[in-house]
Formats: sequence, C-alpha cells, structure tokens
Amino acid sequence: MGKVTGFMEANRQAAEYRDKKDRTQDWREFVVDRPEETARTQGGRCMDCGVPFCQQGCPLGNPIPEFNDLIYRGRWKQAYEVLRATNNFPEFTGRLCPAPCEAACVLSINNTAVTIEQNEKEIVERAFTEGWVEPHRVLRRTGRSVAVVGSGPAGLAAADQLNRAGHTVTVYEKSDRIGGLLRYGIPDFKLEKWVIERRISLLRTEGITFSTGVEIGKDIRWTDLLEDHDAVVVCIGAGKARDLDVPGRDLQGIHFAMDFLPQQNQRVAGDFDTVSGVVATGKHVVILGGGDTGSDCLGTSIRHGAASVTQIELMPAPPSLRAHNNPWPHWPMVFRTSSSQAEGGAREFAQMTTRLIGENGVLKEIEMITIEVVTENGRSVIRPVPGSEKRLPCDLLILAMGFTGPVLDSLQSQLNIDVTPRGVPAGPSKFRTSVPRLYVAGDAFRGASLIVWAISDGREAARIIDADLIEAAPRLPTRGQDMAFA
Amino acid sequence: MRQQREGLYEPSTEHDACGMGFVAHIRGEASRGIVEDALRILSRLSHRAACGCDPETGDGAGILTQIPHRFFQAEFERLGFGPVRRRGYGVAQVFLPPEPVQRARCEEIFEETVTSEGQRVIGWRDVPIDSAQVGRIAGQVRPVIRQMFIERRRLVPTAFERKLYIIRKLVEKQIAEAGCDPDEFFHVASMSAETIVYKGLLLPERLPLFFKDLQSEEFISGIALVHSRFSTNTFPTWDLAQPLRYVCHNGEINTVRGNRNWMLARRSLLQSAKFEGPIDRLFPIINASASDSYQFDNMLELLHLGGRTLPHAMMMLIPEAYQNDPLMADERRAFYDYTSSLMEPWDGPAAMAFTDGHVVGATLDRNGLRPARYLVTTDDRVILASETGVIDIPPSMIIRKGRLQPGRIFVVDTNEGRIIDDEEVKRDIINRFPYRRWLEKNVVRLTDYEAASAPMPTREEDLMRLQRAFGYTDEDIRVILAPMAEAGEEPTGSMGTDTPLAVLSDKAPSLFSYFKQLFAQVTNPPIDPIRESVVMSLHTAIGMGGNTFDETPEQCHRLAIPSPVLTNAELATIRKVEDGAFETRTLSLLYDVKKGPEALGQAVTALCKAASEAIDEGNNLLILSDRGVDSRHVAIPALLAVSAVHQHLVREGIRMQSGLLVETAEAREVHHFALLIGFGAAAVNPWLALDTLTDLCARNECPLAPEKAAKNYIKAIDKGLLKVMSKLGISAVSSYRGAQLFEAIGLDRSLVDEHFNGTASRIQGVGLPELHLENQERHSRGFGPEAAFILTDLPTGGQYQWRRQGELHKWNPATISRLQESVRADSYEKYKEFAELANNESAGHFAVRGLFDFVPAATPVPLDEVESAESIARRFVTGAMSFGSISAEAHETLAIAMNRLGGKSNTGEGGEESERYIPLPNGDTRRSSIKQVASARFGVHAEYLVNADELQIKMAQGAKPGEGGQLPGHKVSERIARVRCSTPGVTLISPPPHHDIYSIEDLAQLIYDLKTVNEKARISVKLVSEVGVGTVAAGVSKARAECIIIAGDSGGTGASPLSSIKHAGVPWELGLAEAQQVLVRNDLRGRVRLQVDGGVRTGRDVVIGALLGAEEFGFATAPLVAMGCIMLRKCHQNTCSVGIATQDPELTAKFDGTPEHVIRYLLYVAQEAREWMSLLGFRTFDQMVGHAEKLVQRPIIGHWKAERLDLSSVLHVPVVSPDVATRYNEPQQHGLETHLDRKLIASSQSALQGGRPVVLRQPISNADRAVGAMLGGEVARKYGNHGLADDSISVKFTGSAGQSFGAFLPRGITFHLEGDANDYVGKGLSGGRIAIQPPAQSSFIAEENILVGNTLLYGATAGEAYFRGVAGERFAVRNSGARAVVEGVGDHGCEYMTGGIVVVLGRTGRNFAAGMSGGMAFVFDRDGEFQRRCNREMVELESLIDESDIWLVHDLVENHVRFTGSALGRRLLDNWEMMVARFVKVMPTEYKRVLQQRRAQRRSQQTSDPRAIPAE
Repeated sequence: MGKVTGFMEANRQAAEYRDKKDRTQDWREFVVDRPEETARTQGGRCMDCGVPFCQQGCPLGNPIPEFNDLIYRGRWKQAYEVLRATNNFPEFTGRLCPAPCEAACVLSINNTAVTIEQNEKEIVERAFTEGWVEPHRVLRRTGRSVAVVGSGPAGLAAADQLNRAGHTVTVYEKSDRIGGLLRYGIPDFKLEKWVIERRISLLRTEGITFSTGVEIGKDIRWTDLLEDHDAVVVCIGAGKARDLDVPGRDLQGIHFAMDFLPQQNQRVAGDFDTVSGVVATGKHVVILGGGDTGSDCLGTSIRHGAASVTQIELMPAPPSLRAHNNPWPHWPMVFRTSSSQAEGGAREFAQMTTRLIGENGVLKEIEMITIEVVTENGRSVIRPVPGSEKRLPCDLLILAMGFTGPVLDSLQSQLNIDVTPRGVPAGPSKFRTSVPRLYVAGDAFRGASLIVWAISDGREAARIIDADLIEAAPRLPTRGQDMAFA
Repeated sequence: MRQQREGLYEPSTEHDACGMGFVAHIRGEASRGIVEDALRILSRLSHRAACGCDPETGDGAGILTQIPHRFFQAEFERLGFGPVRRRGYGVAQVFLPPEPVQRARCEEIFEETVTSEGQRVIGWRDVPIDSAQVGRIAGQVRPVIRQMFIERRRLVPTAFERKLYIIRKLVEKQIAEAGCDPDEFFHVASMSAETIVYKGLLLPERLPLFFKDLQSEEFISGIALVHSRFSTNTFPTWDLAQPLRYVCHNGEINTVRGNRNWMLARRSLLQSAKFEGPIDRLFPIINASASDSYQFDNMLELLHLGGRTLPHAMMMLIPEAYQNDPLMADERRAFYDYTSSLMEPWDGPAAMAFTDGHVVGATLDRNGLRPARYLVTTDDRVILASETGVIDIPPSMIIRKGRLQPGRIFVVDTNEGRIIDDEEVKRDIINRFPYRRWLEKNVVRLTDYEAASAPMPTREEDLMRLQRAFGYTDEDIRVILAPMAEAGEEPTGSMGTDTPLAVLSDKAPSLFSYFKQLFAQVTNPPIDPIRESVVMSLHTAIGMGGNTFDETPEQCHRLAIPSPVLTNAELATIRKVEDGAFETRTLSLLYDVKKGPEALGQAVTALCKAASEAIDEGNNLLILSDRGVDSRHVAIPALLAVSAVHQHLVREGIRMQSGLLVETAEAREVHHFALLIGFGAAAVNPWLALDTLTDLCARNECPLAPEKAAKNYIKAIDKGLLKVMSKLGISAVSSYRGAQLFEAIGLDRSLVDEHFNGTASRIQGVGLPELHLENQERHSRGFGPEAAFILTDLPTGGQYQWRRQGELHKWNPATISRLQESVRADSYEKYKEFAELANNESAGHFAVRGLFDFVPAATPVPLDEVESAESIARRFVTGAMSFGSISAEAHETLAIAMNRLGGKSNTGEGGEESERYIPLPNGDTRRSSIKQVASARFGVHAEYLVNADELQIKMAQGAKPGEGGQLPGHKVSERIARVRCSTPGVTLISPPPHHDIYSIEDLAQLIYDLKTVNEKARISVKLVSEVGVGTVAAGVSKARAECIIIAGDSGGTGASPLSSIKHAGVPWELGLAEAQQVLVRNDLRGRVRLQVDGGVRTGRDVVIGALLGAEEFGFATAPLVAMGCIMLRKCHQNTCSVGIATQDPELTAKFDGTPEHVIRYLLYVAQEAREWMSLLGFRTFDQMVGHAEKLVQRPIIGHWKAERLDLSSVLHVPVVSPDVATRYNEPQQHGLETHLDRKLIASSQSALQGGRPVVLRQPISNADRAVGAMLGGEVARKYGNHGLADDSISVKFTGSAGQSFGAFLPRGITFHLEGDANDYVGKGLSGGRIAIQPPAQSSFIAEENILVGNTLLYGATAGEAYFRGVAGERFAVRNSGARAVVEGVGDHGCEYMTGGIVVVLGRTGRNFAAGMSGGMAFVFDRDGEFQRRCNREMVELESLIDESDIWLVHDLVENHVRFTGSALGRRLLDNWEMMVARFVKVMPTEYKRVLQQRRAQRRSQQTSDPRAIPAE
C-alpha cells in the first residue's frame, strides 16, 4: 500500500498560497490546490504505518492511510468514499483544520508530515467537481423527529447522521443564514461561503429542514421544542467570549472578535453595508490574543486597510522546534506563522495589557507590560517584569482571547439543566444532559474547540441519540477508540 | 502404566526418537553372535538415548529376536511342559500388574480367550530378571513380566500368527473393559510363534543384565532388532519401549491422529477373507493412547496379517515422494497413486527397521530425515544401525557399505538367503496388478467432464451484505485478498501480532481465529516447501475410499484434483457429474438466525443426521454449503460444520463412503483453508472470496482479468497450504487432511470433545451458544439494523495494523508514546502511566495474564528489603534480532545497553563483526553476550562461538515458528555479507529446519558440539509456545541444554507470512506454565533455567512470568520502542523511518535511540517488579519462581466470553516431593571431562603456543563425538579466525568417527581419518582441513560405497575437505566458504549453499543445488543424467571451459588424490583432457551476475588476475 519508498523520494509539498499582495485585495480563499500529479506523489509519501498515529490524532478517526494510498494510486473516487465514511464535511476540515493528524504523523518525527489536510481537501473538491457527491437517499423514515439547535459544524454533522439514520431532522438557527461559526466567524478568505451553501443544499435535498432566524429559548421555548420532538440536541457553540478586566475597558473602540468578524462575513455576502459597523480601515488596530481568531482578525484588518495592526500574545513566543517536554505525537507548541500573520502586521509576545488609555471616551493607546513565566512551588506563574511597561497607539482594540463556554441562560431558566463547574451541561454520560431527550454536542459540550471536534462530537452524539430513539444497540458508526497520546 | 492429563500436560504430545539397528545373518543362521552384536549396538548407541532425572532410569531399550527355540525347549523341560515342536507354539511376552489379584484376573482372561479361540495354553513362565538393574523411578512402575506359551492347534503357521493377533486384540479389549487393570500395566510386548521382544524402561547397556534370558548361551537368533529410546519425558512407560511387535522406529509420525481417524473412518469398509469377514470385533485396531510408533506398528501388523508382505505394507504406509519425481518409473508412480486410495501416508521422519522373523529390512521416509547406515560382511552378516562404527569389523571383512536412502527400502530375505535391493523388492510389488491401467480407467479428472458454468457472481448490492455477514473487513480485502490475487503470494508482515486472543476479542472473530496452527520443533524438522518441493504434494482425490485389504480396479474410482481449492465453476462441474460413479448431495448449513442460543447446536445435530442419511441413500459426495444466507438465515460456521460432520461420520464408521467438500463464503485466508482441510474436508470452494475478486476486477481495483485473479489467489492459497503443512514436516495433503494439527484456545472442552475431538483446548471458553451469538453479530453486520444504511463500506478490521475503529492492539498510540516519553524524559512516573495502560489493557482484553490477580502477602515486605532493580535487571535479555534485520546502530545500542546493565543482548541469526569484541575507549562494549545459532548458521564459526557467554540454539521463533526466511540480495550489503560470510548482493536463505537437528537426539548432539567448542558458554534452546512444548522442554533438558527459552506467539521482527504471524503459536503463559509443570513433574527442572519472551512489557508481566516458572526474561519489541520504534511494521521493506529495522544509510542516520533509553526502560520494569514483589511478600526474585499459587483467576465480570475461561490448568502447581527442584539448582553433566580432544590439546601444546607443528596419531570410535571442536576452540580463542599456519596440528585418526567429526575446525588443524565417519563431518568448518578415506585393507571400491554420513560441512565458512567415498544426503548444505571434493553425494547436495566450492566426482542424488545462491559446484557427470537430478531454479549448468575453472578443479582433484589416495581421482587426472568435458559447472544465476558486476567494477579500478577466485 502506498509507495514503499515514497517518503524517501519526495519532500513535503503543501498547497501554495496566492501572493500576499494579490490575496489581501479580496476576500477569496488564499489556498491554491495542487496539480494532480503533486497530490499523488504526496499521497505516496504516506508510510502506511502499522500504528497510524495520524488516525488517533484526528478527532474524527479518519482512515488517513487508506485515502492517502488511494490518491497515490489515482483512485480518487474510492478515496472520496473512504473519506466520507468518517467525515461528513471534508470540505470544511480540508480548509480549516489545524490538522492534529499531521502533528501526529509518524513521518513528522524526523521529517515533514504528509500533507493530509490538503489531500483531504483535494479529494473532496474533486468529488464535487466530478459529481460523485450525490444526495443520499433515505430509504425508510423512522417516524421520529429530532431538533438540532444550532447550525454550526456540530449541529450539521449531528443532523446529517440522524437524517441518514431515517429520523426527521429540523435544524434551528438563530441567525439568518446556516453555518454557525463557519458562516459568521471564519473569514471568507479561509472559507468562501458557497462551500457551505453547496453542502446545505445537499442536506436539504436529503430531507433536513432548516429553520433560520429562530432563537430557541426566545422565539420558541425549550420546553415546547422538547414537546414537539422526540429528541433535541443542543449545538449552540461556546459563545461566551473572555473579557479584559483592565482600566479603560469602557472606552469606545473596543470590540470582541465576534463583533468584528461576522460583520465582515455579512458584508461579503451583501447583507451589510460596507462602511458602517466595526471597520479597521485607517486605524491602528491592536488584537489581543495570539490564536486563530486573533489571526482572522488580523487578516480581516489588513484587508480593511488598517494603518497598523499589532497582534499581542500574553504568553512568551514558543520555540521554533518542539520543546523537550512537548514531544511527538503531541500537538507541537511551536512558533507558527498563519497566512494572515504572513500578510503583515506586528506580533508581540509576553505582553500583559495593564491599561487602556483614551481621549474623550475614545480609545487612543494601550499600555502593556512584559511578563515572564516562572515556576513557583512547582506551578508555572506569570510575573510582570518591572520597568518593562510600554504603550502602543490603538484606535481599535479587538479582543480575541478565547471563549469561556456556552450561553446556557435560557436552558437553565426554562429546563433547569445541570451545569458543570466548567460551564457546560452536565449529564449522566457523554452527550446526554440532565434532561431526558435533551442532548448536547460541539463546543456547547466540549467548550470552544476545533471544527473537527465539533463534527466528530456531532456524529458521536447522533449515534447515541439514534440508539436511544430506536431503543437498540448503536448502529451509526463511531470514531472508535479514544485514547490520548499522553 | 500411562500418564493422565494434568495441568497443561497433554499425554498425546509425547515424542520420542532414538538409536536403532539390526543384525542379521543373510541365510538366517541363528547364532549367539547375532544377539551379542545387536546388544553391542545398543550400548554403542547409548549417546543417542537419554536418561531422566534419575540417571539409572533410561527411556527404554529392547531387542527383538527370532524365537530362541533351543533355549525355550530347555525351559519347557525344566518347567515340565513337555516336548514342543519348533514353530509349534507361540510365546506371549506379557507385562502384568504387580498386584496379585489384578494379575490373576488378567491371566485368567488371557487363558480363557486362548481356549475360546481354539488354542491351548501350555503354561506360564516367570521371566527371570535382575531388579537391581532398574532405576528408582522405573522400578516403581515395573510390571511383572511373564511369558505365556500357546500351542498351535489345527492351524498352519501363518494362520496361527493371525490367531495369536486376534487373541491379543480380544484380550486387550476384555481387560480394558473388565477394569481389572486400573493402572494399565497390562501389555503384550510380543505374541508370536516367530519372534519375541524383550524390552523395558532400562538403560540400553542394562538390557541383557536385567533380562537374564538374554545372557544364556542358548539364546540365539538369526535376526535381532534393537532400539534405544530418547523420549521427551520420563513419565515411566514400560510398554512404549521398543522394538514393538514388528518394527522399531527412529522418528516421528506427525499425522498419527489423522491416520488413526481415517482407520476408524474405514471401519465399515474393512473386510478380509483372512480375518473371515468384517474385523469389527478387533477395533480399535490402533491404540489411541500409545506413541506414534506404537500406533504405526498396530497398523503395519494389521496390513501384514491381512495378507500383505512387510515391504508392501511399508510402501503403503511410508510411500516415496512420487508425485513430483521425474526420475521415477511410471509403474512405480502408478502403484503409489493407486495405493493412495487405500491408505493415506503416515507422514513424518522415520527410519524403520522391521521383521517378521524371516524377512528383515528397513526403510526411510521420503525426505530421508533419519540416518541409517549398513554394511555387509564376508561372513554373510548384515548390520544396520543409526550410525556407522557400532560394531568393530575388520576392514578386510567388509564387502559393502551403504546407507538407506530417502523413500528406499532395504530387505534381507533369510529364506531366500539374499539381500534384495529397493528396485527388486518394489518391482515385484508394483507389478502385481496393472495399476496404471486401473487408474486410467477409474480415476477421473475435472477436465474429463464438460465444464459447467459457474453460478452467477453475487450481485453488487448483495455482495457487501454477504461480505459483512461473513465477517469480511476492509483489511481482508486490502491486505489479504487483493494482494494474493495480484501477486499469487501470501502477503508478509513484520513485528508479530499484538491483538487479543479470539476468545478475548469483542469483534466477533470467526471460529477460525480460535485455532492455532501447530508446528514442528526439535522432535521433527519442518520442511522447506519451496526448495524441497520434490517431496510436497497437494494432490487430492475425492470420492469414496476402498477396503484397504483389497486391491480391485474400482477402488481407485475417484476424482483427482491438483489442488484442494476449487473454483466456482469446478464445483459446479462436480455437482453436475452424472456418470453413475458420483452421487452428489448438497447439505445446507443455513439455520434460522432469530432462534435462541441453542439454535446452532440443533442445526449441527440436524446437519450430521442429514449427512448420515445422505450416505444411506447412496450419495458418495457430500457438499456442505453456506450459500443462501439472507436476512432470516445464518450459516453454521463452515469449520464447525466440516469437523462435526467428519467426526460424526467417523464415529458411525461410514466416513469413507463419501467424499466431503465445502462450499463456503467464510474461507478467505490460508489459515481458513488449512483448518477446513485439517478437520476433514477434501476440498474447499471459497465462493464469496472468489466473487469478491471478480467484483474487485470489475471495479478496476484489481488490474487483472477475473480468471487470472482467481488463479493467482488459488496459487497463493496453495503455496500457503504447503507452508502450513511443511511447518509440521508433513509433505502430502492427503495425510494432512483430518490430521487436526491445531490447538484451540478458548473453546469449551465439551464443544471440542463433541465436534473437534482430539484437539487440545486447555483453558476452556466459549461453547455453541456463544458461537451462535457471534454468528448473529456478524450476520447483523450485513442484515441487521446497522446495515440498513451503512452498506457502503466494510468494517475496518485492524488485525494487521492498528486502526482506531478496529481491533485493539497492545502497541497503540497511547502506549507507544508514553513509553517513549518516559525514557526520554527519564520519568518513572511516565513509565508508570505506560505500565498502568499496558497492565490494564491486559485485563480481560489481551492476554491470558490479564486475567490473573495477585494474592498479596498477609504482610508485605518493605520495598527497601526487596532485591534491587539493578540485580533484577541482570535477568533481562534482549531479543534475538540480527544485524541485518536491524541496523548496526540499533544493534550496537542494544548491546551497549545490556552490557552496562549486566543483562545480555543477542546477536540474532546474523553473526557478529569481530571488531565488536574490542571494548570502546569509554569502556562500553558492543559485544553481544548471547550468540545465536540458527538454521542458516550465518557467521557461525569458531571465533564467533568462543566469544560467547551463551550459545543459543533457535529452534523456532514466535512470529513464524517452523519457517525459514530469506534476506533478499539487495539488502545484503558489503558489511552484512562480510559478517554473514557471504557475497554482497546475493540472496540469503534460512532453511526452515536446522539440518543437523531432525530429532531430539540430534539436538543433544548440537548442544554437545557447542559445549565442546566453548565449555564456558551456557547453551540455551529457544522454543515457541504450543501445546506439547512442555514435553519438548523435558527432552531438551535431557539433551543437556542449560537454559530453555519459551517464546510466546506474539513476538518477532522480520518478514513473515501474515497467517503465521497471526495463527501459529500460543501465548507464553500457556507454554511457560506447561514447561514448568512438565519439567517439575519429571524432576528435570533443576537442570535448566527457564526464560520467557514474546510481548513481555511491564514489571507485572515479569512477576507473572516468574510465578509461572521463569527465571529470566527476554524483551525485544519494548526496547525497540524505547529506542524509537513506532511499529511501522515495515521491517521487511527496509524502509523503517526511524532507522531501526533498515540498512538504508539515509534512514539509519535518523536513528536517535541511545543505550540510556533501553537501560531506563528495563530498570523501570525491574522497579515495577520490585513493587509487586513487595506486595507479594518476596524479598528475592528466586523465591518467587514457580509459585503459581500466588496467582488467582480474576473474576471477569461483564466479558461474556472471558468469564467462561478456566485458567486453573495454567495455575496448576504439580505436587512433588520436597527434594524435587522447582527452579534451577544444579548444572548439567556434559561428560566432557573425558573428551578425546583433551588428549589432543595436551599433545598439541607446542603448536598451540605458536611453536613447532605436531603430528599425532589417534584411534577413534563412533562414541567419540565432536572430535576437534574443543581443540579448535582453543585455537580460535587464541588466534581468532586467522587460526594457525596450515598443518600446525595434524592428527591421523583410524576407526569410525562419531558425529560432528572436525566440527568448527579452524585453520591450522588437519584431520586425516582412515576409516569412516558419521553425520555432520566438518560442521561449521572454519578453515581447517579434513580428509577421510577407507582403510587401506578395505576390499570394496571406495567410490561406490558410503564413507561419510549426512549433512556434511553444514554452515562451513572456510577450509577444505576431501572424502574418498560417497556422502549421504545434504552434502555441504549452507556451505559458505569451504572447498570440498567427494566421490558421490545423496539427495539435496549443496542445498542453500552461498559460497565455497564443491567438486563431486560421482553421482549426486535428487534436488542438487536447491536454494543454492552462491559458490560453485563441479559435478563429474558420469551417466549424463545430472541435469535431471539438479534443481535448476536458482542455478545454471555450464560446461567446464573457463581456463581458471579448469585449473581450479584440477588442483582440487589433485589435492584430493594427495590427501586421500583416491584411485578415482588418480584416473581422472591421468585422463584429464578427456575427463574435463564431462564435468558440469553448477553456477548460481544471481551469484554469477553479482560476480560479473564486481569483476567489471574491479576491472575499472585495476587490472585483475584471471585466476583469482572471488573472495567471500
């Protein structure tokens, strides 16, 4: 299987990006897919490991060696069939996943990982182009109905699986368009929204009902929803953003990333005018938070034409190579440069915001102090370095410091669900809540995490819901053994 | 007195082997001399026998002679029995219970039966014995030995013999039924008017002392057979001593269980006028509880008394290899072909001597796996024995010296007064009937019929459903079916297996997975099915069997097929046959899937009934079919159906009235076919596997036409079947069929007893209800609710590679990464996380040991009082991984680590570079303490051997027991070639067996050889766990091994067929416990240390191993993982990405393991072990060994299968007296104090010190074995492989040399022998010179007589050898550097040779040059027939025209004449110009290519010398 010596003959060749100058002029995706020959050679680099760590690294448990081999052999259609068996939406993960599979790739121990993610994308795009992606006919309906609340990746995955199992599925979405964070959160330059439309139209054809602009808990009470359906699965994401508690927080010009990014998605979709709202054009932008969301804000700001953009990370810069205590196959805590970061802007590390300074209630500057991480009593603690204070000009401060959990207020008030100390619904077992027939999946279950986890959890939840509904052993597929690397 | 099953001990696994021989006068003139000579043979072969824990108790010895009438006449007078006529009476030599009441009852039954059968009891005689000659243990079970005399009345002598037989069978049966002999003392050693047997549980030399009769001058005979036994056990058994009634046997019948069953199966067909009709009342003909030899004797006796001559019966039972031998005459082939429809071969290594008192003879199995030499003297004596030189005969009295050849028979007819050779004996037999014509008329082939069209392939929409319902996985198709269809070969894998036993798996594994293949180790050799294909056969005949006693044309009316795997069209054709001869009935295996747990059992019962009825209705071909599975119907597992029907029909005695075929969707891999055939099916049609292939081709996933894919697939299965059979040393599928050579793990005994009767299943487990549930589970995959919408793909599988959704693996991302992190971060805490995972994973999911709990001590020992981790770690060794299989970097890292730790690393099977003996500047040493000696003997020379602390003989390896290996040429780098003494770029083949170990006494010999060459080294023997490994271990302990390694089924790097990785061998817990139990029970435990390996990973594993009996522990995979192995499982592809199992410099550069990684890991393991020891209350490790009572079976709640296991047999602790050792406590006695070499060494001091050369003279006898090994060891220790200057020590011997003459002789020593020699001359020759010639006084023609034995120059790396005479089989096998001249060789000459030069001046046997990849041979082709006897798969034959070759041969022949005085050589030289043209040069194709390349290379570098011979 695969090419036995493939990894010795070819170097890793990831997809190329459109030129910086070019890509920052528009909102289109920046990744350029590779020619077929390249893809096949790259598939042939897979070593077909006896223990494919990549599959453990992948939250979906994708059969990665299988599809790599099939690409290598040019059997794209079969590769697509293999891929779709474990992944409902390879077109999303193929674009957006940070690829923990590649971090776990055995080849990455002393070489460069197989381009698993790009392979995945090229498989699924080819499948769409070739017309291999056809609506799946559901032969027999079970007569049970399921409400999926939230249309992000978790909700869509759960809906897709439950629909395939023959249940009648309605997806409720409070926004005007389907997709959750994929729609409103991921910039168009990473995921053009027709990709979502393409999928939704398939799902619709397959029989899923989508109900947009309906907020459960407000427009429809949770109790009523439970009454109307045999099961309800809560996939409402983890919308509570982490806030900044420093003097000056109430100044104008401070926004959460989730106020900033969705607006731009709407603008691209033609749903929002191009000038009002939060725009970075001509501004000195500071982004707090060095993660992916921060990066997205960075790329968006650059495309807006910001005067300057600085992305600030609280923690010190990670090493360029894996640290001693961060070995393969763990996620490598190494210095990375995202496509947006490559496009421009400054990055600062080990900076703690101490104060926001404004004029007339409008933000003008941000004050920071350098920190260091020291070990005290066996624990790592952050300590400011005295005398290292500095200020940056700042007209627009975007807070991208992560999320603390789902917004459960209406669920708590209307259904009185139990909540764990971590702020997610508590239940008797995975994906179940304290309320019978009410399930939870995605970020609402796990806390803010990756799209791939959302899809995976959506699938696993569906498996349990289906089994409960038909009162039999699980019949939907599972991702299999869950075992952490360490 | 017989042993009972106890703990893990299975009495049916006993083996024996031995020395045997006979002396006869050609005209049958009785004399005292014959008897005395025979007794002398016994004592001279005593090194081939063994004694147990009690040195006075032998394994058995005996003598068979003609009735000494004069002696008995005198006795009759003394006893007042009145006068008797010669041959007018029979003598029964009877073993009786010592208890008087029991004995009286036995005698009474005996007398009554004699009378009721119309004969007269003359009287009883107490056989005088000297009980002081019996050992303690043998004495405890000594029967009372009496002779009964029976007068012949109203019968001719031949009918009287038959009558005596009938009486004996009836008496045996009645006594068993009467229960008057509860301890089974009763045994009739012989009962005949022609012959008598004296035998007992005695040391060979004590036999005549014990039986005073044998001392009498009146005790004379014209024929005497003797036998001394080397048994794997010492559970005392007087009755199993040999000779038996007609034969004595050196060897082992591997297929005895099947042979016995087939005999039962023909019960309804057996009729003989000689026995006056049906012989039902004599059943059981074959004594199921006796040894294989005993059962063979039973069969031979029946055939002989039924009217066949002994030679004829022998030909039926031990046929030659006839199917693939182009040299065999057609009439002879026809005879064997015909006979195969009457009797299936009794297959296995065998040298059999037989006699009926008139004719005496011997025969050898088809593969010639036992030695037998004979000589004929001027005074008309014929002496045959396992060795030459057993009786001293003046050279001038010898007319002829010969050896038994494979498949040949040798007969002395004393009535006719002449020796009859094979050709003549067989000519008479094969011309009795026109067998060829009979066959032509009656045997049909499929091609004789109009081909029927195959059923329509399964429709695409049904295919997936059926595949799922029959348990197919994606992996089955991707890894097994598709590659077999594409390549025609079974796929290979690496790194063993680490998935759960079937009984612990939650994946509803098929019934096939519950069975493990058995394999040969020690007591008989596996065969190389590729290189020795000449002896292998898959030829299958389907149809009714015949009456074995009769020979009529109709009896061979059968359908002959070349392979037991049928295509869909072939099966359809068989179904359609309507010529009156075949009446076919298809029996459906379907039953209602919805029914309760008893449904499967009911379905099987109904099926068996239907089978009986079908036969009653006249059908003679039954087809069991699982076609038709749908949403409501599931099929009885095909294996269960086949075995149940087969055994049911056998029990009914009607099995032979019908052929049994199976049409099954389940069978897809080799193991499945092996099981179906091994449990009784004649042929298998794997219809769904074939439909799957058709589908793959249709979808272009297989780039072949469907017919070609099917053909390749069947070819792959066929090859795989040959391999499975050959692993056990079985060469014909006809004897493999129904032989049940499997062990079940996790099946309920009642299920096994009912439907797989005779199969070992030692830990109980699931029964029919559970199998039904698993059947339902699989069915639901295709037809259940889940299938309703997931019909697009198959389950992933995950058997061969870890998959997240697949089967569990011990080595998975979590365990691998934790272990690696722990050693890299030097974190014991991290290790504990690993151990926690590893130990908990074990619990109920993986291994038998996961089902154990410890019994904690009442008061734990404080941890700091427990033996230190460093001390415990000295018991650890790393696995035998060769440099070649792993990189030098990895190999040396392991060695350094183990040397620092005080443990031991192992060279593996690939030699070791001598630079590694020199310590590194930092004090580290890269030398491996353990030097392995494996079948290929790569790099095994004197220097290697003397540089070892332990010499390990690898009998088998866990990943592929019973198989050889191959290192493809592209992997043989300069460096590897140098250390393996071979040529870079030339493929290296490891033979499946050690060609010097075909039996237990051979192993004893190799142990002796190795101990002789390096007395300081401990000798260990590596075995693989399987049922019976305990009895093998007992034999190995008696063979004086000092350590026995019990390897589990899971270990092993290197390439191996997937079916071997998965389905051969059993977990070490079973093997270790069995070995411990059997060794303790035999009081053999104290002489050996036990070591266990194969998946040992944690301290808990170590402690469990110790409690089950192990003192030492081998680790292989885990240290590799610690060094960075990530279980890529690509060892066989040279692409290990972390630089461990590869020789690619680009990859080895990436190796980043260190000795510290290994050391830390092993110390963690020891530390964890200490913690458990503290809990268990043990201060020292030794205290713990063998205390299995400290383990209890963990109640497994919730695992519906595991909870049915019963591990009490594993935890059994034998009850023995306190003085019996339960762990190592005394050294083995090798008896080297008086070795001849001590004398030679003493006389060679000046030369050894590098001074003046010495010339010595020395008489030698066959009891002087491994002469030269110790002397050579001295030289090698001082001077390494360079040795001394030529002829520094020159010894001139006279006499018959014992085995292994000149073994490992290094340069500087010259041995010249005038006389003859036994097997293994020049074994491992390392540069010395050996010359052997017949004594000057001999009158026979040297080049026409046998001079030296089998397997000469095995693994020789350098040196010269000259033999003036003919050598036996396998001359120069695996020679890699020696030059030799010989005047004729037996079969398989130059097999596996990789270097060196062999000149044969006379005839060769068959299969010359098989597997020869290097070196050259020159054969003087006197009769122009050589090319037909040469196996030309790897070699080319050329004329001798090259100038340098001509000179090379000339010089060697000249040397030959100089050293041996060869007259033949002289004649050749005298007519050299003419003779040159008749030489044939045998040149390995690959070697030639490599040499040409190298020459071209060299030429481009410098001008070369035309006479230069390629350096090895």
